[in-house]
Amino acid sequence: MVYLTRKAEFSASHYYHNPAFTDEENRRIFGKCNNPNGHGHNYTLEVTVKGEVDPRSGFVVDLKELKEILNREVLDAMDHRFLNKEVPEFFTRVPTTENLAIAVWQRLSPKLKAAQLHRVRVYETPDLFVDFYGEA
Amino acid sequence: MKAYLTRRYRFAASHRLHSDGMSVAENVATYGKCNNPHGHGHNYALEITVSGRVEESTGMVCNLVDLDEAVRREILDRFDLQNLNLMKEFATRVPTTENLCAAIYDILQRSFHQAHLEKVRIEETMLNSFEYTGERGGIW
Repeated sequence: MVYLTRKAEFSASHYYHNPAFTDEENRRIFGKCNNPNGHGHNYTLEVTVKGEVDPRSGFVVDLKELKEILNREVLDAMDHRFLNKEVPEFFTRVPTTENLAIAVWQRLSPKLKAAQLHRVRVYETPDLFVDFYGEA
Repeated sequence: MKAYLTRRYRFAASHRLHSDGMSVAENVATYGKCNNPHGHGHNYALEITVSGRVEESTGMVCNLVDLDEAVRREILDRFDLQNLNLMKEFATRVPTTENLCAAIYDILQRSFHQAHLEKVRIEETMLNSFEYTGERGGIW
C-alpha cells in the first residue's frame, strides 16, 4: 500500500452563524467569526489517497485524473466563493474547517475509482488544520 | 463524524541536557554540545491535536477559544522564556524534547476536557520533531 498526497490552494470567505441560536449565542460561541459580512482565508488542501502500485504504470493513481477531479469537484466550486452563500453544503451547515474537510471528503470519495481516499486535511491558516478520515 | 483538529503554537525556552545518573564523561559523550553547563535555547513549535465528533450545531470538534485559552494558561504562560531545567516537570528528568512532549501531554490531559487529546508534537528546530500520543501511559 502506498499513500500519495496532492496539495491545492483556494481562497474563500465565510462566517459562522447558526439560525437556531439567538444573536447573543451566535456572538458568544462564534466571536469575531460571526460577522455577517464574512471574512476570508487562504486555504491549503491536502488530499491523500492510498492503493497498490499498478505494475504497468508504477502509479497508485494517475495524478492528472486526481487533479481534474480535485479541480472540478472542489476548487471550481469553492475557490473565490462566499462559502455560506455559494456552496450548497453550507446553506445548512456552519462552514467551519471541520465541516469543510467533511464536505471535501464527501465530494471526492464517490468520484475516485483507482485509489481510495485516505485523508483530507484542510489548513485554514498555517497554524490551524483539520484532518478527516471518513470516520462516522 | 469524527475529525481531528490541530493547532500550532510557539514558545522559546532554554535547557541543558544533563543526567545526574551519568558521570561527567558519559554526559559529554551522550549529550555533546547540549551538555554545555551554561545551557542553550530553542524556538519550539508546538502542535496540539484533539479529536472528537463534529458538533452539528456549531460545526466544531471544540471551541478554538477554549483550546487556545487552556494552552496559553497551562503551557505558554508557564514555559515561554523559561529555563526548562528549573521547572518542576524537569526536577528529576532531563528536558529533552521527548520528555517535553510527555510533560505537555500530561498537563493538557489533566486540564483540557472539551475534546480528546490525540497528540502532542514538538519541533525543537526545523530539522527535528517529536510526537507523543500517550502510549507510554503512566510514566508521567
